[in-house]
Amino acid sequence: MLHTVNKSPFEKNSLDTCLRLAKSGSEILLLEDGVYAAVKGTAVEQKMRQALSDYTVYALGPDLKARGIEEDRLIDGIEVVGYDGFVDLAANSDRIQSWL
Amino acid sequence: MKFGILVNEGPYQHQASDTAFNFTKAALDKGHEIIRVFFYHDGVNNGTRLTTPPQDDRNLVNQWSELAKEHELDLVVCVAAAQRRGIVDEDEAKRHGKSADNIAEGFHISGLGQLIEMGIKADRVMAFGD
Repeated sequence: MLHTVNKSPFEKNSLDTCLRLAKSGSEILLLEDGVYAAVKGTAVEQKMRQALSDYTVYALGPDLKARGIEEDRLIDGIEVVGYDGFVDLAANSDRIQSWL
Repeated sequence: MKFGILVNEGPYQHQASDTAFNFTKAALDKGHEIIRVFFYHDGVNNGTRLTTPPQDDRNLVNQWSELAKEHELDLVVCVAAAQRRGIVDEDEAKRHGKSADNIAEGFHISGLGQLIEMGIKADRVMAFGD
């Protein structure tokens, strides 16, 4: 199952809700301001590293670029996808939950 | 695969309408079918042709209209959400005694039944919003 998070973890609790409720083995796509959760050295880094042991985590490339976040600043293990990858993730998951 | 797209946010709130548009375009490019794009809540603001952004700004209303033309998309605006926000087509304008209509090309006004139908007919429904 694919979960998407489009809010910054420093602004809303969408990421926390997602991580609390998503089943182990799910995919999580960070997009829009949600991509800030993918950056190394922030207050949520530890939480994200923990999440990576339960989930596959992706970040939307164009949204990273729009925020000036280079890929070398991302937490290891987070995969970067484009909109085409987003479509594939959605097509390959039987359900999609958008945490807004 | 059949996708249904739900847009709950206008073009000038956060980023959800842009994401919805880019997702829709990417899905079409990959050969998927978009059975409907349903605009609900402030998402109906994607459907007014009176929107006049600066020339160097993206014009999401026109982008939707052009994409709809190119791919014969079914762009549906929720009637109740639209009325509250002053988005009317010719019939609605007449019915409510308004002096003009403003629905953009390729969009049409309908009801929540279309959202439910989209949920039943689509393999995947993608919600974009705030």
